Amino acid sequence: MSEGTLYDKVWDRHEVTELPTGQTQLFVGLHLVHEVTSPQAFGMLEERGLEVAYPERTHATVDHIVPTADQSRPYSDDAAEEMMSELEQNVRNAGIEFDDPTTGRQGIVHVVGPEQGLTQPGMTIVCGDSHTATHGAFGALAFGIGTSQIRDVLATGCIAMEKQKVRRIEVTGELDEGVTPKDVILTVIRRLGTDGGVGYVYEYGGEAIRDMDMAGRMSICNMSIEGGARAGYVNPDETTYEYLEGRDRVPEGEAFEELKAYWESVASDADAEYDDVVTIDGSELEPVVTWGTTPGQGIGISEEIPAPEDLPADKADSARAAQEHMEVEPGDTMAGYEVDVAFLGSCTNARLPDLREAAAVVKGREVHEDVRGLVVPGSQRVKAAAEAEGLDEVFRDAGFEWRGAGCSMCLGMNGDQLVGDERCASSSNRNFVGRQGSKDGRTVLMSPPMVAAAAVTGEVTDVRDLERFEEVRA
Amino acid sequence: MSADDGDAGPADIVTEVTGTGVPVRGNDIDTDQIIPARFLKVVTFDGLGQFAFFDVRFDDEDNPKEHPFNEDRFQGASVLAVNANFGCGSSREHAPQALMRWGIDAIVGESFAEIFAGNCLALGIPTVTASQEDVEALQDFIDQNPDADVEVDVVEEEVRYGDTVVDATVDDAQKRALVEGVWDTTALMGANADTVKETAASLPYTNV
Repeated sequence: MSEGTLYDKVWDRHEVTELPTGQTQLFVGLHLVHEVTSPQAFGMLEERGLEVAYPERTHATVDHIVPTADQSRPYSDDAAEEMMSELEQNVRNAGIEFDDPTTGRQGIVHVVGPEQGLTQPGMTIVCGDSHTATHGAFGALAFGIGTSQIRDVLATGCIAMEKQKVRRIEVTGELDEGVTPKDVILTVIRRLGTDGGVGYVYEYGGEAIRDMDMAGRMSICNMSIEGGARAGYVNPDETTYEYLEGRDRVPEGEAFEELKAYWESVASDADAEYDDVVTIDGSELEPVVTWGTTPGQGIGISEEIPAPEDLPADKADSARAAQEHMEVEPGDTMAGYEVDVAFLGSCTNARLPDLREAAAVVKGREVHEDVRGLVVPGSQRVKAAAEAEGLDEVFRDAGFEWRGAGCSMCLGMNGDQLVGDERCASSSNRNFVGRQGSKDGRTVLMSPPMVAAAAVTGEVTDVRDLERFEEVRA
Repeated sequence: MSADDGDAGPADIVTEVTGTGVPVRGNDIDTDQIIPARFLKVVTFDGLGQFAFFDVRFDDEDNPKEHPFNEDRFQGASVLAVNANFGCGSSREHAPQALMRWGIDAIVGESFAEIFAGNCLALGIPTVTASQEDVEALQDFIDQNPDADVEVDVVEEEVRYGDTVVDATVDDAQKRALVEGVWDTTALMGANADTVKETAASLPYTNV
């Protein structure tokens, strides 16, 4: 069993009691709510005549179904309008603060929590969404839950859980130019498998993680679940504290210093014990893209797509099916794979630094004539900040659509969907068949600058070659 | 009913599930496959059963495709046999809700994604694991004997069919919850409200 890790410390601080099931009853410091997974939970509460126990520790936003083009009410999609109305009613009845689009704070739940300073180190954070691990970037213990568990949290302020093991993932060295946190996490998933993290919480550390900004750390923690780990975290440090200082929900002055002392105290001890340690040399990485239909089916941009028969027996069948769906051949690289859509968005990669990096590639270039390019900022605040820097103009001038905030084409619950067998270069987190709204659609996961590169060339492209590519074309 | 607490809601003892089986083969079957996102635009779970595995069961014109859930011989099945990492991806409880509403009461697999297994437990659906060899043999048996009962024994941690007894594993907490009928965690935890307040008050961030 692990000892002295952030996970152990935060767990202990939030433990209420042991339940007859053997599970621990854990207090929840922040419960984030969105429209898709919560209505049934509020319904169950009502059926039992129960009230929300800690409305002040609960915060709601709307993201999955919200249109990113015309956001006027009522929404043109009746089902979306019904879900929005239901959420409005539920939060009003319970007295839960709600970042509805008129507040200027609306956005993807995993973007708005951190940017408002709701997310803090040493907290337990839950949300009915598997990408809740994102908040672990701050040294919080954050994980996704199902709707019945949302009912638990609403009714009791707690969650029933079993303690997990802790795996330290040490990313050594410095990332090369053009290599991003997204490439790190896609490498972790590829190496350890989509189920490698089952039963574990991942602690990310090492030089490469230490040198990352908060947006990068969030991208990494965000995709822990794609590796099977329900939670992932980074120990809080000066980068974390600097990010938090001055945010809406973070106290100032002496109160800040007191909280900071708590934050520092929960970081893993130097002699902490882990159940497993894995080391990845960050300096050896190149941009990673997926060739298949699970996030674990990724390769470096210069690597060859593996032949199914060369993979372990239990991976061969799904690789074969994936390659047929994607129309890729073993022995080829992914470079040159033509795309129809370029999607910049999602809780993984739609923060201001993500948009900046993509804009730097796009600037002065044009979206390829056969490509539909979509930029969907993670929140209204990200959008406003990007516009203040003129990023919207860079994207618009190049031919991208500049949209409102939401989950959008990451899962295609609003109108933003792939059509037919379109191929999409996507900064999102899942390349499952049908994920982006069309069951024949194809998704290639990659970093924001790589999406930008694919958008302008019309094909999967090593962003580091883009200058040269331009010269060749000219 | 087992719970002695009147507020315990629907908690029930689940020691064993017996019924005919249905095999759904393949590793890494994700929740987007089990229930595509467009069917999540609902405010209740009612009627989700018909959409289970929708995109692999129906073509663009909604004509049925080859899939075990479409086959007459598997209609009425209550034990689902699956392979590795079943239920990976999104946390949507809509996935086990859809399977349950289609008729599934227990799932036997090589391994399960954690959030999915937790969601199943919240519905009283056991997620029982067995070796790859044993699961594949079970799937073959069901294929050949769609009318035969499969017994999922949570207490003995066994899956029984024909003359075969498979050594299975039920996670400790899951077993206790199902066998003692204490998987309604809202009632369990609600009873400790005072202790919860103490824990909350002891945290440095709750008073600022």
